Formats: sequence, C-alpha cells, structure tokens
Amino acid sequence: MRGGSNVTPSFAAEHGLTEEEFERAVSILGHTPNLTELGIFAAMWSEHCSYKSSKIWLKTLPTTGPRVICGPGENAGVVDIGDGDAVVFKIESHNHPSFIEPYQGAATGVGGILRDVFTMGARPIAILDSLHFGSPDHPRTRHLVAGVVSGIGGYGNCVGVPTVGGECGFDPSYDGNILVNAMCVGLARADRIFYSAAAGPGNPVIYVGAKTGRDGIHGATMASAEFGSDAGEKRPTVQVGDPFTEKLLIEACLELMEGDAIVAIQDMGAAGLTSSAVEMAGKGGLGIELDLDRVPLRETGMSAYEIMLSESQERMLMILRPGSEADAGRIFEKWELDFAQIGRVTETGRLVLRIDGKIAADIPVGPLVGEAPVYRRPWRRRDTAPGIDPRALTPRDPIRCLERLLASPPLASKRWIWEQYDHLVMGNTVKRPGGDAAVIRVSPGGKALALATDCTPRYVRADPRRGGAQVVAESWRNLTAVGAEPLALTDNMNFGNPERPDIMGEFVGAVEGMREACLALDYPIVSGNVSLYNETSGNAILPTPVIGGVGLLADARHAVDLALKRDGDAVILVGATDGHVGCSLYLREIEESEAGPPPPVDLAAERQNGDFVRGQIRAGRVAACHDLSDGGFLVAVAEMAMASGRGILLAPPPGVLPQNAYLFGEDQARYLVETSDPETVVAAAGAAGVPARVIGVVGGVALTLPGSDAISVGALKAANEAWLPGYMARA
Amino acid sequence: MRAVIVVFPGSNRERDVCAALALVTGHEPIRVWHRDAAMPESDLIVLPGGFAYGDYLRCGAMAAHSPVMQEVRDRAARGIPVLGICNGFQILAEAGMLPGALLPNRSLRFTCRDVHLRVENNQTIFTCGYEAGQTIRVPVAHHDGNYTADPDTLDRLEDRGLVAFRYCGPDGALSEAGNFNGSARAIAGIFDNSRTVLGLMPHLENVVDPLLGGTDGRAFFEGLVGALQ
Repeated sequence: MRGGSNVTPSFAAEHGLTEEEFERAVSILGHTPNLTELGIFAAMWSEHCSYKSSKIWLKTLPTTGPRVICGPGENAGVVDIGDGDAVVFKIESHNHPSFIEPYQGAATGVGGILRDVFTMGARPIAILDSLHFGSPDHPRTRHLVAGVVSGIGGYGNCVGVPTVGGECGFDPSYDGNILVNAMCVGLARADRIFYSAAAGPGNPVIYVGAKTGRDGIHGATMASAEFGSDAGEKRPTVQVGDPFTEKLLIEACLELMEGDAIVAIQDMGAAGLTSSAVEMAGKGGLGIELDLDRVPLRETGMSAYEIMLSESQERMLMILRPGSEADAGRIFEKWELDFAQIGRVTETGRLVLRIDGKIAADIPVGPLVGEAPVYRRPWRRRDTAPGIDPRALTPRDPIRCLERLLASPPLASKRWIWEQYDHLVMGNTVKRPGGDAAVIRVSPGGKALALATDCTPRYVRADPRRGGAQVVAESWRNLTAVGAEPLALTDNMNFGNPERPDIMGEFVGAVEGMREACLALDYPIVSGNVSLYNETSGNAILPTPVIGGVGLLADARHAVDLALKRDGDAVILVGATDGHVGCSLYLREIEESEAGPPPPVDLAAERQNGDFVRGQIRAGRVAACHDLSDGGFLVAVAEMAMASGRGILLAPPPGVLPQNAYLFGEDQARYLVETSDPETVVAAAGAAGVPARVIGVVGGVALTLPGSDAISVGALKAANEAWLPGYMARA
Repeated sequence: MRAVIVVFPGSNRERDVCAALALVTGHEPIRVWHRDAAMPESDLIVLPGGFAYGDYLRCGAMAAHSPVMQEVRDRAARGIPVLGICNGFQILAEAGMLPGALLPNRSLRFTCRDVHLRVENNQTIFTCGYEAGQTIRVPVAHHDGNYTADPDTLDRLEDRGLVAFRYCGPDGALSEAGNFNGSARAIAGIFDNSRTVLGLMPHLENVVDPLLGGTDGRAFFEGLVGALQ
C-alpha cells in the first residue's frame, strides 16, 4: 500500500506543492507520499488552508479585548455581550466558485459561513454580504449579479436566517474575478461555546449530514492514466448547496448541543474531511483514525483520495462522549440526517485512514500542521498620489451633480438586491437593510446587535495603509451611527497574487492601517478569511479588505436610523470638513478621474466624534443619524431625505472652500445628526472639542440648496431607485 | 386559547408566529413536530411559513402528503380553525383544503417587502379585529405567492365572501403596482367555505411590535384569540 512511490515532485507541483514543500512532506512522512497523502498535504498547505503568505502579517492584528471570548483560529470569533450571551460571527469568501457558477457559488458560500457559526454552538440570526462585481458594461456582469443575488437569497431564505445588510460595488478590476463575501452572525450562551480540539482517546468520531460525493475535488482527475486510478470523469469543482439539509443540520446540531454529548465539532468546509479531521486532531494534540468504508457516500467506487478531498456540502464531523452515540443517533434520525461513526480519537498523534481494510494514509498530524510552510514574501510600497487642489475643480451645478451621483452604480439604491433576501424572518429585525447598519434584537428585553459590512477598495488601491485604516473606521462609524457600541469585527482580505511584490505591498499596507485603526478604536478582529490570487490574466482586483462589524445596543428602542423624522428639526454636521476630493466618487463619476490620495484618517478625531454622536443618541437627543462616506456631505443629506420623503432647507455653504469640494469631498470622521434641540447638541459638541454646526432644517418635500435650484425628494428618489432595476431588466 | 403550531422539516417562521401568539395570549403555543404520534387538542392549528421539505418538488407539495395533514384535515372538518401562512397557505392549497394554487411571483424573484392589504371580509374569526375595507401594511417574503384559480372558482370566492385580503395601494385602491406578485384579482388570502380555514401569503406575525416596523398584524391575532376564547 505504500505504493505512492510514483508520486513525483512535478506531479506534486500540479497539486500546488512547490518542490521545497514536497521535500518537506517527504521528510515528515519518511517516504514519498502516496496519492491520498499527497492530496492531504497539498490541501492543508494550500494558501486557503495554511494562510502561508498572510500569516506573519495577520499575527500583527489586534485580536483581544475585555469582551473577546475567542479570537481567530476557531470556526468563528466569539464576543461576550453580557447577561450570559455571546455573539459568534465570521465572514468568508466564495469568490472563484461564484464567478464560475454564480448561483451555486454564492449559495454554498452562505451555507459554509452558516456552518462555521452553528458549529460553535450558536443559532445563526443574521447574514450579510459584500459583493463586488465588474463594470456594469461588462457582458457577464448582469448574469453574475442575477445569479449571485438569487443564490444568496435562495440559501438564506430557505434556511430561515434573515439577510439583513451588505454592500455591492462595481469596478472593472472585478470583471474577471468577482468577490462574494458572506458574513454570518449567531447567538450563543457564553458558557456553551463548542470548539474543535479533539479530546479523549478512544472517543468516537461521528459524521453527520449530507452524503459525500465527488463534487469539489480539485485536481482529482489528474490521477488518471499515470496512476491507473478510477477517479472517473471530470466533475465541476463548484459544489451544489442544499439549504434544506442545512436547516435540518442546524436544528439537529443545536438540539444535540443542549446536552453534553459533544466533545468537539468541526464543519467540513474547504478540503472537506481532510481539513476537519486534521484540524481537530492538530488542535487536540491527538491522532484520529478513520475507516473510510463507513463514510456515507452518494456514489460508488470512491477512492480514499476522493473521499478525503470531496467538498460536498452540509456535512459535520464531531467527537462524542462515549456512551452518547445512541442519544445523538435519535436526534439525527428525528431530523432525517445520515450519520455514521467513522472513526475514533487516538493517542498516536497520527491521521490514519483505512479503506477496504488497508491503510490508505498515515501522516503525523503535528508536523503536518506545525511545519506548514510560512512565507515572508517580498513586498513593495507604492508611491502615494499627489494631492488634488480643490480650487482646480471645474465649477458645476451641485444639484445636477447630486442627481448623477445618486443614479451612479456605486450609490444607486440596492433595493433590487435586498428585497430578494428575506430580511425579516425570525422576527427580530429592528432596522432593515438600506441604512448604515442593520439592527437585530437578541433578547426580549430589547438588547440588540448592529451589523454592517464595509470596504472602499479605491482608497486601498491608492494608499493601502490609509485605506486599511479607513475601512475599519467606516465600519466603526456605521455601527456608531445607529447608536451601537462597536464590539469587534471580522475581516475578509481579498487581494491579488501575493507572489507579486506590489500586491503583497497592498496586503501589508492594508494590514498596517487596519491594525492602527483597530487599536485606536478598541475594535479587535476576532475572525477572518484571506482570499488571494484574485486575478485574471495578470489583472488583479482592487485590494478589498472587507470588514464585517458587530456592535451592541443595550436597548433597541434607542437605535436610530437615517430617515428624517420631523419638520422643523435641525440637522447638524459633526466633524471637520476640509474638502478632500482625491479618490472621491465625485471625481470618479463626474470628472472621470481616479486621481489623488484617499482622505486622511484621523483616528483620534474618529474616536472623539463617534463617541460624541453615540452619547447624544443615548441621551435621546438624536432623531436620525447618518455617517458621511461615499459621495460626501450632499449625498448623505439626500440619503436622509430619501429615506423619509421629507425635504431639507440647507444653510449656505461656508465660503472658504470651493462649493463642490465642500459638498462632495469625502473627509472622514463625519456624521449628520437630526435633532430638535440643536442648541444643546452644539454646546455639548463644543464642550467635547468636537466640530459641529447646524447645516439645515427639515421641512417640505424638496432638497433646497441656496444658490441652486431646489429638487424634489421624489425626483432624487426616482433617480436613485431606477438604476439597478433598469440595468437588470435590460436584456 | 390553545394553539398548536405544526412544524415540518424546513419550516422556518414558526418562531415568528409563536411570538405573535404569545404576545397576545400571554402564553407560548404548543409546537408539534410533524411526525409526533398525537397532536394535542387545540382551539387553533397553525401551519407556519418556511420551505417545508425544501419546497423541492413544488411549494407545499410534499408537506401536503405528510401524515400529520390527515389529522389537520380531520380537525378542520370538526371545525377547528386552521391558519396557513405563506408556506402554510401553499400546503393548504396543495392538500386541497383551499382552492387554487400559488404560482411564482410575476417578477420570478423572491420578494421581501412591505405591501398594503385591504381587509375584504371582517365577519370571520380571523379578521374580526379589523374594520371591513381597512387598509393595513404588512410584509411579504415569498417566491411563489401568485394566487391563481379558474374563473368560476374566483367568482365563487368573491360571491361567497371567501376573499380575506387583497393586495392594494397605500390608499386601499386596487392597482397593478399594488398587486406586486400578479395574483388573480389581487387575492392575498382566502377562506374555505366554512371560513374557519384561512390561507394567506403576507406575514401578519412579523408586524405585532412597533419596534419591528409596524403593528398592523396585532389586530389580527387579538381578534382571532378573542373569537376563540
């Protein structure tokens, strides 16, 4: 059976192992790996499973805090939210599969992230997405948008977890490589979190869920003539999702978790049974023996290689307390799920696989995990772009510019997307999609979570460090704008080929900026995912570190949204405006220029201004609030008006800046706040050293800017709502 | 008032309707797993929303043949009220307990949004909390809610006052835009002949709390619970 001797370095290279990595594998094993062993090394040492290019940089990120129960390294991060409750969350990418087969790629992305969360003992309570598509003019974009959106909806709607928020952007850099990131948030008891470390030699290893098929086996067909294997015909590498089975799996696992049967649990995600078994054994410092003849199979004649590397969906691996198998079996039978005891925990520290009574693989787990390659890849910082003098802007009518911006793909309403998501099921959605952050009630007493996903890729491209800081700050700001205390975040690092120094430089710079912002804002990273090699024909995507933020509200009744509430209220601009137009949407959409650096990020000002706004919301002085981001001041004003249909009479812009730099610049650390008590709010801001001044009064049905034509809120809304449905309806 | 919620594999809005009933009655309804041997006696049976059996064959088709449905049918025949919401409506239609069928929405897309409904008949245990002709705002969340039936059936439903709710505009007027999913005669919910079985697509159970975007569903549950007490 040690007949793997015909596995050569060049064959290993086809599996993605470098020559050096192959030699390391040979030395760990003490012999040339057979095909199954090679497949396991290749999978575990892949970029996806090993984080070999990103690890040394990810280690620099802040991951701890007084509320953090579990940081990166488990299936999802866990944060204490008081009263014995914990929030469990993670974001994950499914970029490549979604480009190949958008519906199933996106659907299984949702399925995978749901499993990461309920594996830890949490009931999933919300899904968010972050979608980045190519240019709307690209011939595939419409098809990809339609497929991805229906795939996310198709899965989330069926399992009955609301999809409550997200973001969607378009840029030609994603033409050949779209991004589909999905975040899941779950709720657990803080003292009932389940982990993946194997324990208790002799304990049974149980497989539950869908049967294993040949789907998702990467490179299985390479083992054809050369190995005389019966690997069979080439299958699509995109897995097929079954949300109905997932729903049963959620209910069965959570029911089993109410007792004490489970010692350890891990879902089978990327690299399937391989990574789940290896991670469980590795974390526990133990061995696992699997009898592959007992794995429930969907098709006949599957080899050990295929069984171990199948990425069939909706499967879990668990280690049970001895004697609890029957109880577990009753629950799985109730939920009509396949299950089998497929092995046991051992003291050997080795992963031993048997099939047809023979040993198919025998690998020491410690070195497989501990000696995985780690690379410090060369990287290069890009020169920063020269600043843009706002006085050089061509004077243009601001209201016409506003109309164009609101109808542009980045700012146009994404209602067409989120109306396809059931955002209300479970009956706890306090603030629905379309605002700065969704708010989900988590206790009958009204405790609630604020949730948002964010990224501004064009900023990260222009200045990775500043862009990295900005995305964390914007996430923090979005949670603050609904009145929440930002708790922690999960990051999805989507970049190009890390073997290119300029791409690695983007990664390193983004991590630096994120680190600075996380530290300054006490906003740790508790889970995440890295997706590299997002490029086609040498064209890399914009660097896209997506942040999924989670915040806490003691009482959902104090949450605010962006809709203007009362005629006669004042609207106050909080934060300083310097008219920074570099990298702005105004520049891109109106002047067709992507020049200039992104706006500076003053983290002390972010903190101070955000803490002030949150304090005012808690004091009950704020009727509506909105953070300023893409499109700047005037776009934010319009969004508040459109959300309610109420108009606003703006004060004349201060004369010191060119008008459109003031109206459309994207200076950071700013909020708009509606209040009926402007004197108190402005005085409190003054006392706190926070810039704040009244910029308008709510009333009427038009947005009125002195010196320009007024425009009805209805007309703005029509422009804002029309683009995406119109685009999708075009054949 | 004792309510039983029948949970199928794939049901997913059972918590929502439990919460709405608990809010009004002050106690939790009984959840019954579809394979449980005996269904407890109750004053109301609810088939909740979701995707029973994944809706893989046709919405509601497999659940309609679940053994528990014979019990539901028998009790309905004895006059026990049955409420089917969304997937529950689809199941009642597939089971033949309500006429007609629910086809894919006109847009061919899943749609989750607030819509307006007009209360067509308030002389029933289900709708007695509303005024006749009242307009209410409630969410929908479905892919297959486009009600259809042959013209004779539709005429009969209308003649006998068996139309419970119709989709309408904010002012209560019927319109093409208001009837967002393309339902025949804008029908959103219907009664059986005895008016003790109601199937409807919208989720009244999701608008019983001002915190969650509306309270227009509250009168439905208050009226129903009051009528059954």
